Amino acid sequence: MVVMMQRHMLHWRYRVWRGSGLGMEPSDKAVKEHPRLELSGITKAFPGVIANSDVSFKVAPGEIHALLGENGAGKSTLVKQIYGILKPDSGAIVWDGREVDVPSPHAARTLGIGMVFQHFSLFEAMTVLDNVALGMDDPGKDRAALAKRIREVSESYGLPLDPAREVHTLSVGERQRIEVVRCLLQSPRLLVMDEPTSVLTPQEVGKLFETLRKLKAEGCSILYISHKLNEIKELCDQATILRGGKVVAACDPREETARSMAQLMIGAEFRSVARREAGKGTGPIRMELKALSMAPEMAHGVPLKSINLSLRGGEILGIAGVAGNGQGDLLAAIAGERKAATPGAVIVDGKPVGRLGPAARRKLGLCTVPEERNGHGAVPDMSLTDNAMLSAHKRMGFMKGGFLDTAKARGFAAEVIKRFDVRTPGTETAAGSLSGGNLQKFIVGREILQKPEILVVAQPTWGVDAAAAATIQQALVDLAGTGSAILVISQDLDELLTLSDRIAVINAGQVSEAMPASTVSVEEIGLLMGGIHGTPEKGAA
Amino acid sequence: MNIDTILPMLLTVIAAATPLLLASIGELVTEKSGVLNLGVEGMMLVGAVIAFAVTVGSGSALLGIIAAAFAGITLSLVFGLLTLTLMANQVATGLALTIFGIGVSSLIGSSYIGTPVEKLGALSIPGISDLPVIGPLLFGHDILVYGSVAMTVLVAWFLKSSRAGLILRAVGESDLSAHSIGYDVIKVRYLAVMFGGLCSGIAGAYLSLSYTPMWVEGMTAGRGWIALALVAFASWRPWRVLGGAYIFGGVTILQLYLQGSGGIGIPSQVMNMLPYLATIIVLTVISAGPWRGRLDAPACLGKPFRPAS
Repeated sequence: MVVMMQRHMLHWRYRVWRGSGLGMEPSDKAVKEHPRLELSGITKAFPGVIANSDVSFKVAPGEIHALLGENGAGKSTLVKQIYGILKPDSGAIVWDGREVDVPSPHAARTLGIGMVFQHFSLFEAMTVLDNVALGMDDPGKDRAALAKRIREVSESYGLPLDPAREVHTLSVGERQRIEVVRCLLQSPRLLVMDEPTSVLTPQEVGKLFETLRKLKAEGCSILYISHKLNEIKELCDQATILRGGKVVAACDPREETARSMAQLMIGAEFRSVARREAGKGTGPIRMELKALSMAPEMAHGVPLKSINLSLRGGEILGIAGVAGNGQGDLLAAIAGERKAATPGAVIVDGKPVGRLGPAARRKLGLCTVPEERNGHGAVPDMSLTDNAMLSAHKRMGFMKGGFLDTAKARGFAAEVIKRFDVRTPGTETAAGSLSGGNLQKFIVGREILQKPEILVVAQPTWGVDAAAAATIQQALVDLAGTGSAILVISQDLDELLTLSDRIAVINAGQVSEAMPASTVSVEEIGLLMGGIHGTPEKGAA
Repeated sequence: MNIDTILPMLLTVIAAATPLLLASIGELVTEKSGVLNLGVEGMMLVGAVIAFAVTVGSGSALLGIIAAAFAGITLSLVFGLLTLTLMANQVATGLALTIFGIGVSSLIGSSYIGTPVEKLGALSIPGISDLPVIGPLLFGHDILVYGSVAMTVLVAWFLKSSRAGLILRAVGESDLSAHSIGYDVIKVRYLAVMFGGLCSGIAGAYLSLSYTPMWVEGMTAGRGWIALALVAFASWRPWRVLGGAYIFGGVTILQLYLQGSGGIGIPSQVMNMLPYLATIIVLTVISAGPWRGRLDAPACLGKPFRPAS
């Protein structure tokens, strides 16, 4: 205790000297000896799960430190403890060489820790100014002054923001800027970023990286969580890899390959998706959209504007785009959840189906996997058997004289579980109790095993870890190999480039011409993606 | 009609609007924090009977009003405990609270039926209050009439301009976001629910001490429900609540006058429907029409908040 206090006082005195302009060399050294953040033996358990077990690592001042791991490896739980949202069961958080207690986000901000959340912590109906003020402990009384600071700081870091705009009118990239600027206004010394690039266009990612490098140069440390290994290679100085809540490896990402890091993450040989030969997917046209237009279902949505698209048997067509550009309505229009104005707007195998409902279209062989798993793709409170019954009873014949053939449905659910390696206690488990990745495998598997003629999938591997993602992607490739036509709507460009024969881009409700995936560049797609309501930023790249 | 017939009519409109305004402004704050408390009617009734009993017992109307406020807060705390801490369904709990309030107020009030009480005195300013027309219209009311308008001003300022109001709106807009930034969602909601209880209790006190200075079983006569409808009618904005309360109050009085004059052959029941009908029409128009984006319902209204992870 006494030693700690002495050290603390010494530390404090050095800082005073530095502040008085004497520029003492040893003081800098003494400060630099301490890592900015050191975790030692952090353990956190939830009922039935140990989320973090004895996690220790250090982040140096001015270091960009990656935190890697599969879904459920405990990354988000760990950073929530650093930011004071959760309390560790045991272990210590050491900040600038001093053990600290972080009981609340407020305490974390006081120390100089800022956080950018994976699912943004924003308030849609409020202005940028209100959102920033809410995330600060002392925004001051003068709102005009705060608005001015927001403009200044956001522009100096190349992230321009208008403080008077309401959040729901902003693109996803601009929304993220709010979170970043909110942290920057409080001059953070450690910035925690939880999967910041999963929703950004390549150009926006580039801009964000510039900002992060600038922060690094100013001495701010960054703890960076991401699934995207190429980005980590490009940006980070150090990486700590978590598996099953434990630290299993540390590495310098610049000296690793994406593949070697993926193997460290999953702890096994990583099997990447077998790419198909080019020139496939020239079967007959199975589905066509002809001048499909539709008003948005949600307030603040964008309307679909005269979409033309054709999908051939045996091909995988990818639709790229930043979230909120009409993907949801497009999927609903194809699935039949929302009916088109005219029958001829959606054509399946030459038949106009624009006014038919989902069940009728399913019967014709058009199956869909929506983006939202719980509540749209599956009924969370019902068992896997019941969920299999709901979507597959027509195509798989689970009805006998008006009665449900539960045994048959259970057998089908069991097959999905087996074929797609769904980790679940059994077929009678409630869908909602599965982890996101496992439920996704089940839902995609359920549709694929119905042998659809046409499969439309939104975000097939969203929030799914590398191994599970590879399983799902391989299944899609195999299905296309049997002659089915597949449409993949995704925000993940890497995924689309891996899977697709052709790629189109949806922006502000309009779908571009589909381009062959083998010749198109990431930059081209990025420019087309632009942002919600925004125009593509031509000079950005 | 001349000024002598219109003036008493206007005065009764003010009297009819005041309890609606008090109860709605409290419920507005509760709902802005994301909590839907359907127990307004019950809290008003308990406030009315407690105010009456305490005033009769102590001889002080002020004590009665304070007691009614505390009675409202107590009931709202029961609601808070059930819905915020124990996460019971808000709609069911609110309905139960109203039914409970009806029962418990009858129980307490049974011995007070027929007991007289002095009407809450007007705050008069010598000279000004005696002015013709303006005097009685603007300066001849009791403390609760002025209090209700003052409360509206206060709430409007609080929600728009204070930091605490910003946090309250944020909690109602996205509880998860507010939690992750580090605000105590449950605490904010408790305070908002308690404010709603306080206002409902005082609204009840106004009924039994001023509007009709006596205790009658079920004397709120559905005003709690009108207050709830009024919040939605006003699209969760304090100034519109003020306007709405006076419109609804006006409609109530108008139908009494029309019945009395016997000139119009519309059944009184139809007139009684008007406030509800107006609410349904306004809600339908603003949620289905081209204005739907402007419907300002707090995004988390009625959703329980589970702070785990």
